[in-house]
Amino acid sequence: MKTLTPAPSPKGRGESTTEYNVNIEGRNRIGLVWTLIFQASTIAGIIALIALLINIVDGAFGYVAYEAKVDPASLAVDGISLEEQSKEQLVVLLKSKLSSGAFNKLDKDKPFTDRSRADVYQVVIERIVKYKVVEVWNLWPSLTQGAEIRVEIAEKYPNAQLKFVSWLTADFITRPQSSEAVSTGVRTAILGSFWTIIFTILFAFPIGVGAAIYLEEYATDNWLNRIIQTNINNLAGVPSIVYGILGLALFVRALEPLTSGQIFGLVDPTTANGRTILAAGLTLGLLVLPIIIINAQEAIRAVPQSLRKASYGIGATKWQTIWSHVIPNAMPGILTGTILAVSRAIGETAPLVVVGASTAISFDPTSPFSKFTTLPIQIYQWTSRPQAEFRSAAAATILVLLIMLLSLNASAILLRNRFSRRY
Amino acid sequence: MAESTIKWVETDKRPLNLRRKLRVGELVIQGLLFFSGFFSIFTTIGIVYELGKEALLFFQMPEFNLIGTIASVEWKPHVGKFGIWPLVTATMMTTVIAMAIAIPLGMGVAIYLSEYASPKVRSILKPVLEVLAGIPTIVYGYFALMFMTPLLRSVFGNEVVQIYNTASAGLVMGILILPLITSMTEDALSAVPRSLREAAYGMGATKLEAALQVVVPAALSGIAAAIIIGISRAIGETMIVAVAAGAGPNFTFNPFEGAETITGHIVRISGGDLAYDSVDYNSIFALGLLLFFITLTLNIISQRIVRRFWEVYE
Repeated sequence: MKTLTPAPSPKGRGESTTEYNVNIEGRNRIGLVWTLIFQASTIAGIIALIALLINIVDGAFGYVAYEAKVDPASLAVDGISLEEQSKEQLVVLLKSKLSSGAFNKLDKDKPFTDRSRADVYQVVIERIVKYKVVEVWNLWPSLTQGAEIRVEIAEKYPNAQLKFVSWLTADFITRPQSSEAVSTGVRTAILGSFWTIIFTILFAFPIGVGAAIYLEEYATDNWLNRIIQTNINNLAGVPSIVYGILGLALFVRALEPLTSGQIFGLVDPTTANGRTILAAGLTLGLLVLPIIIINAQEAIRAVPQSLRKASYGIGATKWQTIWSHVIPNAMPGILTGTILAVSRAIGETAPLVVVGASTAISFDPTSPFSKFTTLPIQIYQWTSRPQAEFRSAAAATILVLLIMLLSLNASAILLRNRFSRRY
Repeated sequence: MAESTIKWVETDKRPLNLRRKLRVGELVIQGLLFFSGFFSIFTTIGIVYELGKEALLFFQMPEFNLIGTIASVEWKPHVGKFGIWPLVTATMMTTVIAMAIAIPLGMGVAIYLSEYASPKVRSILKPVLEVLAGIPTIVYGYFALMFMTPLLRSVFGNEVVQIYNTASAGLVMGILILPLITSMTEDALSAVPRSLREAAYGMGATKLEAALQVVVPAALSGIAAAIIIGISRAIGETMIVAVAAGAGPNFTFNPFEGAETITGHIVRISGGDLAYDSVDYNSIFALGLLLFFITLTLNIISQRIVRRFWEVYE
């Protein structure tokens, strides 16, 4: 090739005697540099993802130093250690150690005769032993500086115990929320997330699919339908917090009799409050509606015209065609899109904060009119606290949330691969 | 043959009625479907009406005046100080920092994916980007506070970088927006037909020259749309700034100081049980309306760009 090009200019790179830039070597060198730049930016993106995941795992495991207000060993009765005592013994212990007022209040919340042994044991730990976290380490320092940490703790807190813990445990998932980081859990938040999402789906799925069918099958190209389509595209880009503000005005305040359950006679009108699961579910429903519509439209558009023509050809009406041919063929795509929209809704925090998620509730939601907290709200709450132990709890909650989202997305991908057909 | 197998049974002597039959069920269904389609219009009307109504109450408050909003740099609505600038500058700062990260990185990744990467590499990288895009923003908030802030503090020193600062929130927001810009840009680049690249190679262009001087200009409208959508997303992004950027309006241009963005402010003051019709309650509607119109304008501009400048190749 080189023989065909004019002689390279002696003036140097980039400038040649002819008006063509024939400095192939120089140009290739620049090309190589830019290739490296493009690759580097890709690697930077991957590094960011890895750093994020490592950071979360780093926070969710590690050494914890804690002190007990009352040494559990001192609570042993007749040589039976606290862990092995029966429920009756624990109740007696509570009665003797707590003031009678505090004991009666506990009994009133839920009678001790109805409580399980594990529940009573939990109360003993919380009210009498009172573990208090004095210091927390992340995973990396725990692994690399274990010896130093042990020395430090022995000097600073002679009574403290040091334990390597995983903040994410089966107990963490099944325990209700508590004010102490060591004994807290995310059961309330997981149930809250599930309840909310159910109402989101019930509200947004039928309307979203209906809208998609209308726009793809019925709508003619007129100004009204163009406005509807443009409007949906624009709504998809509205920040989620704006939906939260809308939900606050509309579902929490204006529709309070409905969202608080007052019109069903379920709650006392004087204490009725619209900050409920139902209000949250509907708000998230509005938020994911445009996403569901756009995804469902794509799925319906992918059903070939020939199927519809064949159906009309044998005498089916329009709705019969849609119901028995278009929808079944578009369903995998519609469901995939809905799952993606749902995983978006599960991770939403900002609108729920505005709608009024409760921060400290330790009882499970029982109806659509319960107060609620969800996993992202819990993460936000715990991350915002200054104590390191709550940030570890937040990291563990993030792991729970990410595992949930990952399995949802995996099921969407499976659905897509399993049922995707080509015509 | 056909005549022998098919028996025509004539039971009805009347001529076949070919006029369209009125089917009530079909009409009802069509009506329901139209209602579903029209429902999204209600959402928009709801946003404009509800937010506008409460925002109007805010604007009608005796202490409120427009000059105070524009001239003052203090936002304390409950004591009659309505200077919106601290919230706006903080929003602008996090957005600019985020875009300074997301645009160059996003372009780089998109050009690499569309022009350089082999199909195998692409099949690995695209799911990675989808994972990044699917992570809830609150997780990025945790990442900003627990990773980016300590990192910045160890680089620039604890006395320079405050615990809550807009730099950390902006940088992490850049990572959040990266997949969005990448996937939109990559779509635009992939839509440029092969023939253009081949023509460039035929003229003796190197791969880079074909990519930067032929493919990128041809996809410019899509790239511009991606950038505008990215900006709109950054302005509306909430949880990262709520966790990491700081609590309390602060008029500053120092990215290492804490400051509160519009979205961060809304989240913080609505965190408790906000009393209806209080100044704070009304102010979040005014701020929400402002956000809605900013993002709506940006989204419409982006759609216009795509529609007007989209190059169509046969």
